[in-house]
Amino acid sequence: MSNPIEITRENFDEVVLKSEVPVLVDFWAPWCGPCRTMGPIVDEIAEETPSIVVGKINVDDEQELAVKYDVTAIPTLILFKSGAIRNTLVGLHTKQDILNEIF
Amino acid sequence: MYDSIIIGKGPAGISSAIYISRSNLKVLVIGKNETALNKAHVIENYYGFEKPITGEELFEKGIQQAKNQNIKVKNDEVIDIIWDNDKFIVKTVNSEYESKTVLLATGKSRNSAKIEGIKEFEGRGVSYCAICDGFFYRNKKIAVIGNGEYAIHEAKILKNVSEDVTIFTNGRELPQNRSIEITNFVEGKIDSIRGKEKASKIVLNDNTEYEIDGIFVAEGTASSIDFAKKLGIFLENNNIKVDENMQTNIPGIYAAGDCTGGLLQISKAVYEGTKSGLSIAKKLKNI
Repeated sequence: MSNPIEITRENFDEVVLKSEVPVLVDFWAPWCGPCRTMGPIVDEIAEETPSIVVGKINVDDEQELAVKYDVTAIPTLILFKSGAIRNTLVGLHTKQDILNEIF
Repeated sequence: MYDSIIIGKGPAGISSAIYISRSNLKVLVIGKNETALNKAHVIENYYGFEKPITGEELFEKGIQQAKNQNIKVKNDEVIDIIWDNDKFIVKTVNSEYESKTVLLATGKSRNSAKIEGIKEFEGRGVSYCAICDGFFYRNKKIAVIGNGEYAIHEAKILKNVSEDVTIFTNGRELPQNRSIEITNFVEGKIDSIRGKEKASKIVLNDNTEYEIDGIFVAEGTASSIDFAKKLGIFLENNNIKVDENMQTNIPGIYAAGDCTGGLLQISKAVYEGTKSGLSIAKKLKNI
């Protein structure tokens, strides 16, 4: 059981790229309605999936990371494995859809 | 502040308003005079009419019925709904209102943009939400596809991030009495949206090409589905998902009528309007 980690440009390499387990990153912003719906779903996934790390990137504060990973719509979920992008899911999705499509 | 604002004045919206008003709650109905009912030239399968009635006539009678019960019905176009913690702000072309609950009952738009490439580039240069995704196009070339006040509203939001915003009307005309002056617009019919990884150009039927970085779709009048997408309401097969009380996943936002899918029938819209009205009254009165 764990909570999502707040990811910034300072801890990105450590938390995401050097992670030994897959990392699910949620790119979000406070002004985005669909992100507001998806936030608690991502929290639940973090709690229920101890085999992965879940992180959140507030694109308002971390624009460089959004640009680096080509995020042009939010919410966007990216699954990293061994430092590389394994899968991307754009837009609002139910928990089941996320679990089915991204892993 | 209203107890409930109903968007749409068709059978679902008016039925809901009647039940909310009967519970001594303050309700406002806002809608345009556009309805799928106008397409029903003769209605012979709806209960209680000895002789066939036209859809247009039934629509007008419904509005009059509400007005006779002192329900406020405004002829205006809703262009945005903002979820502000414990209330909702409903923006129209002419005004702004606050409410504790909102019912989405605009019917279902049957004129969605069928432009080649739109679906393909969704989330990769094509967006349906200026407030969510405009941020990613700071000082870039932005296109808005649409020709009404809704498109103008989205263009206004996008103007905050870039000076380079062009409305593509896709062969239609912009409203004559529009709320602001629009200088950048292209009226040609769109053939397709093209690009490689991301959408990068709009091509017209006459083969004129426009380089763009981002496209925002805001065709026609904003529908319940458009509002749902922006607010973060779950859809299923492009219908709004509701629970047994007609409430969406956002507490306080309800949906009724054609926008929830199923039978596109007046009787079903009336039922869902009734159900939503009773649910809203129950919620607000803590019954």
